[in-house]
Amino acid sequence: MALSTDTVSNVARLSRLAITPERLPALAAELNNILGFIEQLSAVNTDGVEPLRSVSAATLRLREDAATDGNQAEAVTANAPEKSHGFFVVPKVVE
Amino acid sequence: MSTPYRIKGRTGDWELVMGLEVHAQVISQSKLFSGASTLFGAEPNANVSFVDAGFPGMLPVINGVCVEQAIKTGLGLNAVINTTSIFDRKNYFYADLPSGYQISQYQQPIVGEGWLDIELEDGSTKRIGIERLHLEQDAGKSIHDQHPTKSYVDLNRAGVALMEIVSKPDLSAPFEAAAYIKKLRGILRALGTCDGNMEEGNLRCDVNVSVRKPGAPLGTRCEIKNVNSVRFVVQAIEFEAARQIEILEDGGTIRQETRLYDSAKGETRSMRGKENAHDYRYFPDPDLLPLMIPQAQIDRIRAAMPELPEARRKRFVTQYGVAPQDALLLAEENDIAAYFEEAAKGATDAKLLASWAVGELFAALNKAGTGIENSPLSPARLRGLVELISNGTISGRIAKDVFALMLESQDEAAAIVEAKGLRQVSDTGALEKAIAEVLAANPDKVTEYKSGKDKLFGFFVGAVMKATGGKANPGVVNDLLKKALG
Repeated sequence: MALSTDTVSNVARLSRLAITPERLPALAAELNNILGFIEQLSAVNTDGVEPLRSVSAATLRLREDAATDGNQAEAVTANAPEKSHGFFVVPKVVE
Repeated sequence: MSTPYRIKGRTGDWELVMGLEVHAQVISQSKLFSGASTLFGAEPNANVSFVDAGFPGMLPVINGVCVEQAIKTGLGLNAVINTTSIFDRKNYFYADLPSGYQISQYQQPIVGEGWLDIELEDGSTKRIGIERLHLEQDAGKSIHDQHPTKSYVDLNRAGVALMEIVSKPDLSAPFEAAAYIKKLRGILRALGTCDGNMEEGNLRCDVNVSVRKPGAPLGTRCEIKNVNSVRFVVQAIEFEAARQIEILEDGGTIRQETRLYDSAKGETRSMRGKENAHDYRYFPDPDLLPLMIPQAQIDRIRAAMPELPEARRKRFVTQYGVAPQDALLLAEENDIAAYFEEAAKGATDAKLLASWAVGELFAALNKAGTGIENSPLSPARLRGLVELISNGTISGRIAKDVFALMLESQDEAAAIVEAKGLRQVSDTGALEKAIAEVLAANPDKVTEYKSGKDKLFGFFVGAVMKATGGKANPGVVNDLLKKALG
């Protein structure tokens, strides 16, 4: 499987990465190298083998339903470049 | 079978094919993956943990009650509960989604296929398939009207548990969509898994609409987002279907897209910004192990399932003899059903009581803009009033006056009837006297009646009722009048 520069451009846009058109071919080649490396796994026959979700035997731990967190608007917004009255303030995004 | 719903176009009839995606906010104290409160109306960003805010290194831990609620809802929808399900990351960028992904379920949801039955206008039922139900996080809320060039973001809602309930494309008319939402909402409320409040956004609806000539292959669908009332769902479908038919009849093609319903303008419009939104690049969330549900837990929840509105409606008809249309209204909501059952305890005529609850009481509640929980009449007081009608103490007409007086006081119906002297006159002697007076005062009418003008009977009844201040027992008056006019 080889990624085209168009696909790489689309993935970059979805990830909000600004990639100049000149850099696309080199980036596509790099990504294709990585994919090629991973692609070797498909040589293994996995018919009838359940996907391994985790190497640990643990299952998902459940939390009690209780309000034990929050009331820290100051701390939550502490790193925000801009804030006002407890809100995060961002450039206008509206449909 | 009812006649299939068709839309008349210039080139002939069209049929609608629709599926609904309902987002129902789970009733829980804390969020799906954090310990922050779910309470509505808190100060901005007060109900936010570092997990919800997407801080680095924070790990999600799932809320056991949210899992229970999803199982319960799945059982209420006659659905398969998947003993293994997987949480995935759905990736997209938006200011109110701090981590850049929503934790959702993609290929292995917690609940699989199920169904519910809706009642059609002609009284028949139609089975609507449920495709799946999965658990996911809600996003935060952006406020756009506070500043000309900025949006304000509040993450209080971010991370609250939602159940996304997806129907099969089995809906083929606007009223079917409305009936489906109402039915689903009734089930969620009865189960206590979602409060169903559409105004506060606790139940939200996306509608997939396509049209085709009857029997033709499926048309291209458009998804209408952001429809927040049953009425708007109906309006949005009607508008969207007409729009698609017009394009097709003009020789055009439908572009698959996400559209927004604008309730102020009554139209749907394209959300061009979401053109690439479906490229979510789902992958299993490495922070969360598979969710394993022991069969014993499913069995325990199934054994403790409360009665659902449909079963309750049928029981009200068989157990109390309530009229089917009254039973529908009394059984839909837990609070109303509980009120009725309390009032019906020891009632002589529960059917009459039901019709008073649905008629006079509901009208009074509507007028006062309040719910059954703030009813001015306790169940016992309503029963007291209806008992007086059942045992012939007052007529239904007088009962309406007594009801009005009961709204303004805390008095029992019997006390009001005694104090105001409203007791129905069934004493034949007194009534015979009143009848004789009425007949004596209207000799010309009596002659007309006897010469065959039967309609005048009503006039005599009215006159006697008037003479007795409305307190005469209408049945007794009828009998005595017939004899007197014999």
